[in-house]
Order: sequence, then structure tokens, then C-alpha cells
Amino acid sequence: MNEIIMQAGALWTREIRRFFRQRSRVTGAVLQPLVFWLLLGAGLGASFRPSGMPAEVGYSQYFYPGVIVLVLLFTAIFATISTVEDRHAGFLQGVLAAPISRSTIVFGQALGGTTLALMQGLVFLILAPLAGIRLDFGAIVMTAVMMAVIAFALTSIGLIIAWRIESTQGFHAIMNLILIPIWMLSGAFFPIAGAPGWLQWTMRINPLSYAMGALRQALYLAAPGAAGAAIAPMGVSIVIAIAFAAGAFVLAARTARHAPAI
Amino acid sequence: MSASAAANPRVAAAASPAPTAIDAEGISFSYGERKALDEVSFTIVRGEIFGFLGPNGGGKTTLFKLLSTLVPLQSGRVSVLGHDLAGETIAVRRRLGVVFQHPSLDGKLTVNENLACHGHLFGIGGASLKDRIGAVIDRMGLGDRRNDLVETLSGGLRRRVELAKALLHQPELLILDEPSAGLDPAARREFSDHLVRLRDNDGVTVILTTHHMEEAQRCDRIGLLHQGRIAAIAPPAELKARVGGDIVVVYAGVPEILQRKIQQRFQVAGRIVDGAIRIERARGHELVRDLVEAFPDDIQSISFGKPTLEDVFVHLTGHRFFADAPASEE
Repeated sequence: MNEIIMQAGALWTREIRRFFRQRSRVTGAVLQPLVFWLLLGAGLGASFRPSGMPAEVGYSQYFYPGVIVLVLLFTAIFATISTVEDRHAGFLQGVLAAPISRSTIVFGQALGGTTLALMQGLVFLILAPLAGIRLDFGAIVMTAVMMAVIAFALTSIGLIIAWRIESTQGFHAIMNLILIPIWMLSGAFFPIAGAPGWLQWTMRINPLSYAMGALRQALYLAAPGAAGAAIAPMGVSIVIAIAFAAGAFVLAARTARHAPAI
Repeated sequence: MSASAAANPRVAAAASPAPTAIDAEGISFSYGERKALDEVSFTIVRGEIFGFLGPNGGGKTTLFKLLSTLVPLQSGRVSVLGHDLAGETIAVRRRLGVVFQHPSLDGKLTVNENLACHGHLFGIGGASLKDRIGAVIDRMGLGDRRNDLVETLSGGLRRRVELAKALLHQPELLILDEPSAGLDPAARREFSDHLVRLRDNDGVTVILTTHHMEEAQRCDRIGLLHQGRIAAIAPPAELKARVGGDIVVVYAGVPEILQRKIQQRFQVAGRIVDGAIRIERARGHELVRDLVEAFPDDIQSISFGKPTLEDVFVHLTGHRFFADAPASEE
């Protein structure tokens, strides 16, 4: 057990160190979603009223938790993308020949990705007052916890893909086909309430919708009414979000166990 | 490194219960339809430096990946230091040091950090890790660079850090994939000296893959790999002795005609390899003189030399070492 912690810790430390030594990654992962938020929030805010939300919640505010999840998503993708190259001709070769199980490797990677995503999500959280969201201590703690759960789930999904494919080009294609749509249909971009029936169903079977809903409710802990109509009660959403994260991790570990090293 | 395994005192002195480091029997491996290894069997003795020599596509890289536990065995049986490679993979890994052809260091980490990370993966921590890092850094002469990012080091230094990393957990068996690739001759020589010291001072068994004759020349024994099969296993000197005497190579406008003429006049059987007539023969210099006098108009050029490992390869397989290499197996 001690050895597993030491092994996963080594991979975790490596992820964190690498990150801070690549300045473009630090800025890119926060700035890109920020630009998204400012431009889309301002542009759509004038002509688009999120249905099912209280009158005082404008689009910028509605979109804000969605952008937090986007920050987490981008960071998770960055953190997993190196896995593809590392496996064939890089750092992971040595890890794969070490007496460490594939599940432990994936756990260290997921933990590293989660930490990086969480740090950047917290940086983005500083902008909450700008979005018109009033945070108290409880809301901050709860939001951070939900961000960690979501980041762990998204990193794990990234790892499922990264351990399965052979090239980084493949990764981009799959990312656009799977990860971005999952995010778009999670209630991040538009609320479930106003969507047509078939789309509502898609959103209801998307586990990220519940994680998204829990995060939204966590942000508004200080002012519950402003969160709008939730997809499910907060407790249920949290349970589904945690199950989502755990399920994604188990699948990632399984994928890694069966992936060839070549 | 030219001493044969039998003459190497290390091998004889290794009075441990299992004098074999690796015992492989009937390894076959295919990538889909393509067979990379075909019924390969060999035994590697403890304390020897063993080289797998062969052209690209001959199966070296596949064999390296199997022995270093990166890919699972498809068929055959391999015992590594008394452990079954397929069934006791983790136990094998603990006693195995692996040096990859492509860098496995993280360029964004320092030498120290890379080594510490590797130590942790092997469950080594605390004071013991510190001591071991200090020891391998001293041994590889990396003391003044230990806090530098690996991406700032030269190719030769990086390879030394790779070796330091592979030695950190004190493996009994070291396996290296094309260790001299990308190194200049001086760095190559120096790196190979490190391997000799490991064998002599620590009794480490060293297995390497190579397509460099010079590097193979310095091994105790060589396994010649050709098209997924082992063509021969022996010390370099013994392999060269299998070639009859000297090597005379004759280039001619129409080699087939000249080959027949030589056969008729001197009763010497040559064979045509890659557009040239090759003749293996003792006292080759006399034949050169006779041939030039007999066929001054047919011969474009003629050369003669002592057999090299490349000649051994041609002798055993009938193929040129570099010319017929199919696409890389990666």
C-alpha cells in the first residue's frame, strides 16, 4: 500500500512540476475559457435569455459555471494528451517497465490532472463576483469539491481515450467528437428547460449534466433561488457525479491494463 | 569485451544457483500477419555482455520489448533470473534495468528529479533513495549537472542519465535497446566502457541490441538475428573464424559471366551478393593478384580484407547487412 502511494505520488509530482515549467500551458488553460466567457457572454447576453432562470440572471452569469467546467475540461485534456506520445517514445516507457500496476499509473495521472484542473478552476473562481455571483465560505468549499470530482471524471475520460489511441491527431478528432459535445449538452451552454424533447433526453442521460447541476447549486449556496431549476436535487446530483468519476476511472484503468506498450 | 563468455572469470565465479540470466525457448511474435520473431531460442549466461546484432527489421526491437516486459509473450517460454517472464512480470521488473533507445527521461525535470521519480516507482524512498542517487550520479560523472533540466543536456550526457536511472534500483540484469544510436564515436566508446565496468565490478549481466559492428565486436557473445530467426550465437572471434580466410570482393560489368570464368580458371566458387562477386578464401591477397592478371578487362574494382562481422552475416545468411533491410519494425 505504501509503495502504491509512493508510486502514484511520483507520477503526480511529475505532472505538477512539468506544468509549472511550461508557462504557455498555465496561461492557455485559463485565458482561453476566459476569452470564451467574455465574448460569448457579452455577445449572447443581449439576445438570449436562459429559460427557467430567475429574471435577474443574465447569460454571462448563467454561462459562468459552464466556463468553469470548460476550464477543467481543457486542463484535463492537456494533462492527458502527453500520455499518447509518452507511451511510445517518452517518459512512460520507463514507467511501464517499472514494477508498478497499470491501475496505479492511471491513478497517478488522474490525480495529477485533477490537481492542475482544480488549481486553474480556483483561479477562475476569483471572477465569480464579476459574474454577479456572491460566494460565502461554504459555497467556495463546496464548489472546490465539485470541481475536483468533475476534474477527476474528465481526466479519467481523457485517459480512456489516450490509452486507446496511437497518435495525437487521433486524440484531437475524438476530443471534438466526444468531449466537447458532452460539455455542450451538460447544461453548461444552455439550460435543459428550454431544449426540445429529444435534446432533453440526451442531456438527461449525460452524467456531466448532473455534475454540472451540482456545481451550479454549489456556487449558489449563499443564494439558492438564483441557481434556477436544477436537473435533480443537489444530493442526487452529487452522488451521480461521484459515480461518474469513479466509473470513468475504473474504465480508464481497465483500458490501460489492456493497452499494449508499443 | 573481446574475451569469450567461457574465458570470463565473472561467469565462472558466479556460483549462484542459477548461472543463466535468461533462458528463452521458442519465442514467436507477430504483428498481425507479419512475423517479427520465429521460434527464437537462446541462453544468456550471468555476467556476460550479450549483443543481438542484426539489420533493422530483423527482430531486435521486438525481442527487446519482450524481454523488457513492455509487450506480453505470444508464444514460447522465457525465464529471467529464474522467474517466469509471463507469470512473474513484477518480480522480473524489480531485477531488470532497462535503457530505451528513445529517451525515457522527462526533459522538464532535472537529473535529480528524474532519478527520484524512478526510485519512487521502484518503491525506494527516504535516505536510501538519496544515497543511491548520490552513488549513481558519482559513478556516471554527473555531479555538476544534477540540478540541470535534462532538456539542457547533450545527447551523450542524457544517455548517461538514462543509464544512471536504469542502475538506480541495482538491477542484476541490464537490457539496452541500441545504446549507441545517436552518439558520436567518443561518446559511444565511453558508454560501452561503463558497461564493461558494470560487468567486471558488479557482475551485472548486460544485454543489448545493436546494428553497429563496432559495438557488437565488444560483446562477449553475439546472437545474429536475421528475419526473425537466430542465424548464429557465438563470441565475435569465433564467428569470424567461421568465414574461410579472407574476403575478396570483385565488381564487374557482368558479374555472372566473370563468376563463371573464375570458377573455370581457378576452381574458386564465389557468390554474387548485391551485384558483386564475393569469394571467401585463405591467402586472399594471392587470389587478388591472380585475378587482376587473368581478367584485367573484366574487373572494375577489387578489394580484399579480413572478415568483419558484416562478412559473417553475409556468409551465414547470403544477404547484405544494410542493403536488404525492410522497413523499420516500429
